[in-house]
Amino acid sequence: MVNNEFRTCPDTGLKFYSSAENLLKVNAVAAVVFLLVGGFYGLLVGLTRWQAVHLLAADNFYMVLTLHGLNVLIFWMIFFEIAILYFCSSVLLGCRLATPRWAWAGFVLMVVGAVMNNVIVLQGASSVMMTSYVPMEADPLFYLSLILFAVGALIGCFVFFGTLVVAKAEKTYEGSVPLVTFGAITAAIIAVFTIVSGAIILIPTFLWSVGVVGEIDALAYRLIWWAFGHSSQQINVAAHVAVWYAIAAIVFGARPLSEKVSRTAFLMYIVFLQLASAHHLLVDPGVSANFKMFNTSYAMYLAVMASMVHGLTVPGSIEAAQRARGYSAGLFTWLRKAPWGNPVFSGMFISLVGFGFLGGITGVVMGAEQINILIHNTLYVPGHFHATVVLGSTLAFMAMSYWLVPVLFRRELVLKGIAKWQPYLFGLGMTGVSLFLMGAGTLGVPRRHWDIGFAGTGGITHEFPAAAYTMLALNGMSVILAVIGGAAFCVIMVGTILFGKKLGNQKMAEPCIVAPVTDEEYEANGGSAYAIPGTLVLAMVFFVSFALYYFINWKYLAETWGIA
Amino acid sequence: MSEQKSSDAESIPMMQKLLDNPFLLLFIGVAAPSILFLGWGLVEIFTVPMR
Ligand SMILES: [Cu+2]
Repeated sequence: MVNNEFRTCPDTGLKFYSSAENLLKVNAVAAVVFLLVGGFYGLLVGLTRWQAVHLLAADNFYMVLTLHGLNVLIFWMIFFEIAILYFCSSVLLGCRLATPRWAWAGFVLMVVGAVMNNVIVLQGASSVMMTSYVPMEADPLFYLSLILFAVGALIGCFVFFGTLVVAKAEKTYEGSVPLVTFGAITAAIIAVFTIVSGAIILIPTFLWSVGVVGEIDALAYRLIWWAFGHSSQQINVAAHVAVWYAIAAIVFGARPLSEKVSRTAFLMYIVFLQLASAHHLLVDPGVSANFKMFNTSYAMYLAVMASMVHGLTVPGSIEAAQRARGYSAGLFTWLRKAPWGNPVFSGMFISLVGFGFLGGITGVVMGAEQINILIHNTLYVPGHFHATVVLGSTLAFMAMSYWLVPVLFRRELVLKGIAKWQPYLFGLGMTGVSLFLMGAGTLGVPRRHWDIGFAGTGGITHEFPAAAYTMLALNGMSVILAVIGGAAFCVIMVGTILFGKKLGNQKMAEPCIVAPVTDEEYEANGGSAYAIPGTLVLAMVFFVSFALYYFINWKYLAETWGIA
Repeated sequence: MSEQKSSDAESIPMMQKLLDNPFLLLFIGVAAPSILFLGWGLVEIFTVPMR
């Protein structure tokens, strides 16, 4: 097999080896397809939660909830991440892809697993939701489909590591790998742990479902499943942070403020991020308070600190680059003069702010054992992870796609006018989803009950305050907004791939990458570009919000049980 | 020439050597949660007295 053909992109100067290019294309396309499917199921979930609409009956609701979770949280994310891994290795290092045949085998396994999973769940006997807690039992093929998908993804990770080896051996780069590639390494490492944990628990569960294994311990299942379920979301975090750095370089020519600091923050992800899986077990008997506190507090805070470092250095590097290019007046000229009409930037920036303010702060609240109990297993939890995974990761991946798809497919982006608005629409809708779900959760609405009126439960008489119903209605409306935004993204991507004006070897009308800011530019004005007062003000706003919200929750907790 | 190289290699700080070694990082990234989360958790769950 010929594996040394490449083209040099006329717009970016990047080398696209044909082996990697084709895999990038198919993984990106598969990702968008599963986003579309999963997003549609999300609409049905939102419209059922909206009590006045209450679209689906109970059995269909749980089936659709299972489909929504797996399609967007697992399939869309991981297909896109495999594309990111191949991009960050083969393309960024200018090197051929290691073992493209294995990469194709992995891709085929992933597609077979994902399609099979959808088919099996739609048959109705596997409405066990994404977590598929034992002793709830699904069709054996349900577990098998996930195992196939996981094996495929694992192969993808090793093709990535193999490509790093090839690049090093063939000396296609000098010194250390670029920071964005380092972020991808972080994501791939977390992915390996995630997938291996998934295999450790899903293979015995599969054997149990076919009768070979007698019993699966429910506590052990939860422990190992969450090493898979929680860590899979940390692959997203590492990958979207890598995307933030990439976009800062692409749109602004920005250089990281400090390679050392950013890489150390990624290292903290590698060591600590996955331990926070324990926050799902905070009310589980069988594991001790020591286990819970070490993993969720001590370890998790180090991972959170790493996120705050990235949250500071990404806008900080943008500010420095903008100041070096002359937007140096006042505190926020650099931000005001940013290209807000470019979805690559606006999507990335909304992702950054949403992930930090909504996802990050609430994540710490959920990780603190004492205040976690206020919202444990309520709708607050989905509210939180829609802020991290959807507003954070999905929007960052969408932003990246606006840049990557035209470059990769050599097609001009279609519907540019809509693309301009899409990140705002999707971001606003998803902000609403996160806030209103968290609002309902704060009022005690359970996470997984299909009907908060408890119709047909024959005995539950609890009544939620009217505000809870309002929250769910507002959530439903936000879902509609977000789905319109998500659908617009899918239409633009599919439209670009199929009907976008072919670019061939022509350069794009507008340059799609900004020349890196040079040393001279940074050093002009005595290096004042490195002072980043605007970002520091933003960081202060963040810390104040963080502290306020955190202490408000302790106050709530203090009021939960009055002392008579 | 080769002497120059080896002294270069020695001057690379430990931390950078670690960060430049994806397989060592992979080992750490898999070992840490395997021990502190999976291992510790499983030991606790399976040592709960049965009655
Ligand atoms: Cu989690």
